[in-house]
Amino acid sequence: MLPGILGKKVGMTHLFDGEGKMIPVTVVEAGPVFVTQIKNAEKDGYSAVQVGFEEIGDKHLTFPKYGHLKKAGVNKNLKTLKEFRVDSTDGLELGQQIGVDIFAEGEKITVTGKSKGRGFAGGVKRYHFKGQHMTHGYMTHRRPLSNGATGPQRVFKGSRRPGHMGTETVTQKGLKVVKVDAERNLLLVSGTVAGPNGALVVINKVKK
Amino acid sequence: MSQSAILSSVANDVLKTDLPEIWPGDTVRAHLKVREGNKERIQIFEGLVIAKKHGGIAETITLRKITSGVGVERTLPLHSPSVAKFEVIRRGKVRRAKLYYIREKVGKEARIKERR
Repeated sequence: MLPGILGKKVGMTHLFDGEGKMIPVTVVEAGPVFVTQIKNAEKDGYSAVQVGFEEIGDKHLTFPKYGHLKKAGVNKNLKTLKEFRVDSTDGLELGQQIGVDIFAEGEKITVTGKSKGRGFAGGVKRYHFKGQHMTHGYMTHRRPLSNGATGPQRVFKGSRRPGHMGTETVTQKGLKVVKVDAERNLLLVSGTVAGPNGALVVINKVKK
Repeated sequence: MSQSAILSSVANDVLKTDLPEIWPGDTVRAHLKVREGNKERIQIFEGLVIAKKHGGIAETITLRKITSGVGVERTLPLHSPSVAKFEVIRRGKVRRAKLYYIREKVGKEARIKERR
């Protein structure tokens, strides 16, 4: 069985749990994915399954990718290809369609996404520095101030300084599947998922 | 299907369909499910709707009543299964969407005319 699936973040909404409590959920349009390549230990040195997700128009497909998909017997133009490492490739064959129903309600999952870009961000936003007072005569408001001691007359590497923030790969572990809608390929995950709406997310099963 | 259409369809699946029309100024009786140990019973909270907020599955109303001289307000989600039923007791005639000014009024001043 495939240990995960690819999906697209749709957005967030709320649902009620059994007790009537409101829970925040992220809707992910997950799958269907198609098996495009199976790697095994003899030939490739490790065993893995490559799957493709999201159909695109003919003009967006490169010729090498077209050939790769044709070889796999997938008659679809797939945008994203991604590999999942597996222990055994039993039960998986080229061109096979895999849907969101590999997940069950209440299952714990790991979700990986790419966070929203924040550009060049200051220390207050990037590292939650306190900053200085906005009023009472303070001439600085959001500066990082001290860079360290005067002893070693240099700034240590890895000091928290202003800089580029966001567009990092963020993995969240232990999120729960609230609902699986196999008909519409929807996966409802409790809580938040990194990245903007419409971004690619990778959903992995938790290894037992 | 567009992304926003998917989002609203997910929430629309669980919306209550038997809700009465509730507007600010109405007096509403809410049948709250209260859990005591393993038993569940219905507790009634009746009050004036002073605000209606949000939309879709997150829609809430704020009910205000005076209990032994103390004002009590509860904000209830309309679509939550923890509220068994909403009943409209009286329709009020008001000219605003939020009736927060009622908090400052007592007695005769806190009256709201009935809408017919």
